[in-house]
Amino acid sequence: MLAGTSNNKLVVEVKEMTTRFGDKLVHDRINLNVCRGEILAIVGGSGSGKSTLLREMVMLQKPTSGSVRVLGEDATGLADAPALALRRRIGVLFQYGALFGGLTVLQNVAAPLREHTQLSHALIDEIAMMKLRLTGLSPDTGALFPSQLSGGMRKRAALSRAIALDPELLFLDEPTSGLDPVTADALDELVLQLKASLGLTIVIVTHDIDSLWRVADRAVLLGDSCILAAGTVAEIVQSKDSRIISFFQGPRGRAARGIV
Amino acid sequence: MTCGVFLHSLPKDRRQTLAKVSLEADVLRGSGEWTVFHLHAVEQSLSNLSWPGTGTVQIDMHDVSALDTAGAWLLHRTAFQLTQTGLSVFIKGLSPKAQTLYEYVSRRGGVPGQLPKAVRPGPIERIGRSGIEELNKNIGLLAFIGETAATAAPLLLSPLRVRWQMVLRELGEAGYKALPIVGMLAFLLGVVIAYQGGDQLRLYGANIFIADLVGLSMLRELAPLIAAIIVAGRTGSAYTAQIGTMKVTDEIDALRTMAITPIEWLVIPKLIALVIALPLLTVYADIMGIFGGMVMANVMLGLSMPTFLDRLVEAVSLQSYLTGLGKAPVFAIIIAMVGCFQGFQVAGSAESVGRQTTISVVQSIFWVIVIDALFSVAFSQLGL
Ligand SMILES: Nc1ncnc2c1ncn2[C@@H]1O[C@H](COP(=O)(O)OP(=O)(O)OP(=O)(O)O)[C@@H](O)[C@H]1O
Ligand SMILES: [Mg+2]
Repeated sequence: MLAGTSNNKLVVEVKEMTTRFGDKLVHDRINLNVCRGEILAIVGGSGSGKSTLLREMVMLQKPTSGSVRVLGEDATGLADAPALALRRRIGVLFQYGALFGGLTVLQNVAAPLREHTQLSHALIDEIAMMKLRLTGLSPDTGALFPSQLSGGMRKRAALSRAIALDPELLFLDEPTSGLDPVTADALDELVLQLKASLGLTIVIVTHDIDSLWRVADRAVLLGDSCILAAGTVAEIVQSKDSRIISFFQGPRGRAARGIV
Repeated sequence: MTCGVFLHSLPKDRRQTLAKVSLEADVLRGSGEWTVFHLHAVEQSLSNLSWPGTGTVQIDMHDVSALDTAGAWLLHRTAFQLTQTGLSVFIKGLSPKAQTLYEYVSRRGGVPGQLPKAVRPGPIERIGRSGIEELNKNIGLLAFIGETAATAAPLLLSPLRVRWQMVLRELGEAGYKALPIVGMLAFLLGVVIAYQGGDQLRLYGANIFIADLVGLSMLRELAPLIAAIIVAGRTGSAYTAQIGTMKVTDEIDALRTMAITPIEWLVIPKLIALVIALPLLTVYADIMGIFGGMVMANVMLGLSMPTFLDRLVEAVSLQSYLTGLGKAPVFAIIIAMVGCFQGFQVAGSAESVGRQTTISVVQSIFWVIVIDALFSVAFSQLGL
């Protein structure tokens, strides 16, 4: 089993983490926990360090100081072999898709299955196809190359690849940005379904306030290098802090809550 | 290890990890973890089972300890295939959670066996296609050269419109930064020629003619060639990679929408820079090559440097020197044109950047050598 982590409720623990790029302070001693089975949304203005936080949680970048534990392992100082094992349990959707341009969409989704399982090629292709369907792509899309896709299709294909190995922890960087409302809704439904039926833990970076209300169990608001607020979305919007008010109480934020 | 729905709270030691199926009478019993990393055993056993011809098959999933979307899909696919053969299938024993997952996957995952067909043309069609592609590419290169010339011609009349700042930057990259490698290789080439020729000349006591040998071969042929080959490998490839990457990231299209011609912005500065840089590099290669030969003549044949230089002036006419140098701008045009053209040929992916870069280097070196040979023939016909 998961070496004692299965009982552990905390899937991601960020402690006193600081990130700097040169002189620029992006995170100032932030603390953050993600519990098993929840959907945590990270929100915040552009450039507030959401993608950077995500990169640190998936071990692509080392924080300047502080610790990050992912699925019970210390993600800041992991040797190569355990890091590989840990990464197989994690799925990541990058902000710009990051599909392999030399492979078709189907091959992109099948790639992790080919590398890490011993299933037959026919079954792998079918599973990849099923993942494409789950994210709402038509079968014909599978034969296309990423450069032939629209922005939203690319995002859905990238999500299919992120869930190819049924990871227990999924990181999504702006899954609904650039999607039409219908597809964005379908994606929200997919995220909820993955959580409900697989018990996935999902960390989701989003600017989409509708989606925030619909899917997030909890949210953290990044700003001024700190975590300005954490809690359920309903709790956060009650806050009197002017920075939080300006984020949620604009016309868009109000519309998402059904206040006009 | 995947995440799946754990259906029972069996004690850990009794929970089977290995996913399995067995067929008894008309009941298919699944057990273990039906998750993507463990599923291959199930897939194999399923294909070896002998199903009853008619009637009902029950699939009992009661002993399955975990199910993920891959497992649910395999279950769905098995049930689907059995139904296709005329059997009726009845699935039981799924926990409520697994049941939702199974229903979700079978409702939203589509019909098993439906894959996009890769259209693969027959051999004759492929030959025809690649033939036409090659032809189009060569026509494309000519069209590109023409387009560049048409863009460049008005600039000749109003040279202020050329982006001289970019030209300077390209000059630094293509010329200045190539000095060490060009100098060293030309020097070594001079050494090698003097070394190989010196042995023969000593046999005849014709030591002094080493200056003729090194001078003529370096100035007329080798220095322009070595400089061009290095520049093709260093700079031509960089041009392809740069333009190709810009193409992949839509930067070229962005230029177009800003009403900036990519050729004027990207190609012309590179072309001008290379037409200036390559002749200068050739002069430098001339000097270093002769210096290399001179050092070797001194060491091996005991020929003093002043003697060598005196003989060099007699042996090599200004004309020989200029015929060598005159080739350099032509080589520069070839390298810049091929490098930029191949960059614009990139389509779609990072892989394509790599492929076109390789083609660019091979093609520009090929054309440099072919044109060099043509020059040699032409010069000898003209008696130069
Ligand atoms: N490699 C880097 N070098 C220097 N600065 C960086 C680097 N990566 C990110 N930054 C800076 O860190 C800050 C946070 O960037 P990040 O990409 O995390 O923002 P974000 O919250 O994801 O914004 P968005 O919502 O626009 O995607 C930005 O100010 C950015 O300029
Ligand atoms: Mg970002």
